[in-house]
Amino acid sequence: MPLLEVKELRTYFYTEAGIVRAVDGFSFAIEPEQTLGIVGESGCGKSLTALSILGLVSRPGKIVSGEILYNRQGKIIDLSKLNPKGKQMRSIRGNEIAMIFQEPMTSMDPVYTIGDQIMETLILHQHLDKKQARKRAIEMLREVKIPLPEQRANEYPHQLSGGMRQRAMIAMALSCNPSLVIADEPTTALDVTIQAQVLDLMIDLKAEFRSAIILITHDLGVVAEIANEVVVMYVGKGVEKSTVSNVFHSPKHPYTQGLMDSIPSITAPSGLRPIEGVVPDALNLPPGCRFEPRCPRAMKTCKTDAPLLKEVAPNHWVSCWLYE
Amino acid sequence: MPTESMLLEVKNLKKYYPIQKGLLRRVVAYVKAVDGIDLSLREGEVLSLVGESGCGKTTAGRTILRLTEPTEGEIILYVYRKEANGAEGYQKINVNAASPKLMKSLRRDMQIIYQDPNSSLNGRMKVGSIVGEPLYIHGVSKAKEREEQVRDLLVAVGMRPDHMKRYPHEFSGGQRQRIAIARALTLKPRLIIADEPVSGLDVSVRAQVLQLLMDLQDKFRLSYLFITHDLAVVRNISHRVAVMYLGKIVELAPAEELFNHPRHPYTEALMSAVPVPNPDYRTKRILLPGDVPSPVNPPLGCRFHPRCRYVKEVCKTEVPAQRELGGGHLVSCHFADELHLEMRFRRIA
Repeated sequence: MPLLEVKELRTYFYTEAGIVRAVDGFSFAIEPEQTLGIVGESGCGKSLTALSILGLVSRPGKIVSGEILYNRQGKIIDLSKLNPKGKQMRSIRGNEIAMIFQEPMTSMDPVYTIGDQIMETLILHQHLDKKQARKRAIEMLREVKIPLPEQRANEYPHQLSGGMRQRAMIAMALSCNPSLVIADEPTTALDVTIQAQVLDLMIDLKAEFRSAIILITHDLGVVAEIANEVVVMYVGKGVEKSTVSNVFHSPKHPYTQGLMDSIPSITAPSGLRPIEGVVPDALNLPPGCRFEPRCPRAMKTCKTDAPLLKEVAPNHWVSCWLYE
Repeated sequence: MPTESMLLEVKNLKKYYPIQKGLLRRVVAYVKAVDGIDLSLREGEVLSLVGESGCGKTTAGRTILRLTEPTEGEIILYVYRKEANGAEGYQKINVNAASPKLMKSLRRDMQIIYQDPNSSLNGRMKVGSIVGEPLYIHGVSKAKEREEQVRDLLVAVGMRPDHMKRYPHEFSGGQRQRIAIARALTLKPRLIIADEPVSGLDVSVRAQVLQLLMDLQDKFRLSYLFITHDLAVVRNISHRVAVMYLGKIVELAPAEELFNHPRHPYTEALMSAVPVPNPDYRTKRILLPGDVPSPVNPPLGCRFHPRCRYVKEVCKTEVPAQRELGGGHLVSCHFADELHLEMRFRRIA
């Protein structure tokens, strides 16, 4: 049974210029202890999907329809129906489902020490007293391999380097032993050698804490390293879904194929093979398949009808008319 | 392809920023952002300058153009000039000593493309004025001709002529970067310093803009100093690559040579850190301990020694000199001959 199942999620923004269908019928599921990568370019709705799960969508955005089914020890709860500020959501958010953001400098409070911020989560969710919470916070900082954790706990976010801050962020997310961690571009802001340290840490912690991870990123290299399953998103919809090896070795959707080809390779000179065209205007989406205007293999049907996500090979889902 | 003629030579370039303290603003220390780099660029060449944030690569680029004044060093540009007396040919010009008047004329030969077109394009100007402004400033052409030239430039970067009537905010990130590229090309420069020109763009658009830069290079016979942290991009566009660490160039070599046979331990670690978008590959990552030290007090001896896994006693006290190992492969490491470094991309399956 999946730990979390998102069904036909639609999150729209009601702007003066019109309705932006940022997430428009997106479905996926994640099993316990699994790592799922959600891949896509900026504006495709991947971060908004994460915010929808945690009930953090703010106005003028709104979850319009769909279900977010969370399996809380056998009991299924639809997170999309909960009051985002209600008791139940607050007991899940940060406790059972934790989030790691891209830029720890903006997601941490600059006026509290690192230790205080981790303790706050523990006192609130795990009902520890201050002394126990501090002990646990320091333990967590040690887990994420921050040197001299006792001292670091008393420092403020600005006193730490980017890599150390991201480690502290990970410590905070894992402090309550969540069953699901949503990591939104966790290494994008870091330099490549620091990114390598943090990725290695995440791989270690994944084995140790056994949380399921939803990894949101545009970096296909990062996904290839730590995810088991991948969903590729394009303009609010999932276009392809399968195991990492299927998606990387035999991508089926023309967008996925284009995306794979467009990344320059570091292992051998590969040349540049861009996807032509641009992402469609969010207020003026093509009526059929959203990739049709850029697709090298577009057909007549693609212009008028939107394809559905279908299983074209065992556990390989694609939404494209080529496979009908 | 690079030709034989030299375009730019940089010798012992330094840029120190003073740190001032107290009421009297006494200088207590210097941030040694660029600390003595040498490089050269031939006509038609792409030289990539790679390194992590804070290594001084951006400062190096800006100092070469004298957008910030160098503290020390020589910047020599070879420009083609026609004198009033009819003499013409290549002239060797010391950019670092150029008068403001000469500097202005040199700006026609060297231009820069920045990372973020949102902040490098004036949001209150129409695209036509942005791209045409250099022509106006340098008095190259009259208004009518100018419009014609701007039209051609926009077409050259893959935009439509009618886009000149619009404002930057009406375009996507990729298109805005195309506008910034058009502006850099307006005066037909020969040297372009591109500072992370595609880092702010999405993957699929990134390849488009890179492709455009490469096409334009052919068409206009440009030379690029390409500043970036993205090694995969570097491998696919560069003729030569310079690796910077803490204000110094630690290794400089032809691109394929560098990627196949890195000779500096920092280059090796940097390459091994890049996640490969192929689940069958596992890079044998070399984790560098700790963070990059402060450029105010760089470590004595080799600057990389506190993080180097091959460190020996001599590295802690003696600064390694830059040596040539054949084939234009320059490296600053005491043990470059003895270490057998390799490109650590291995198939696991």
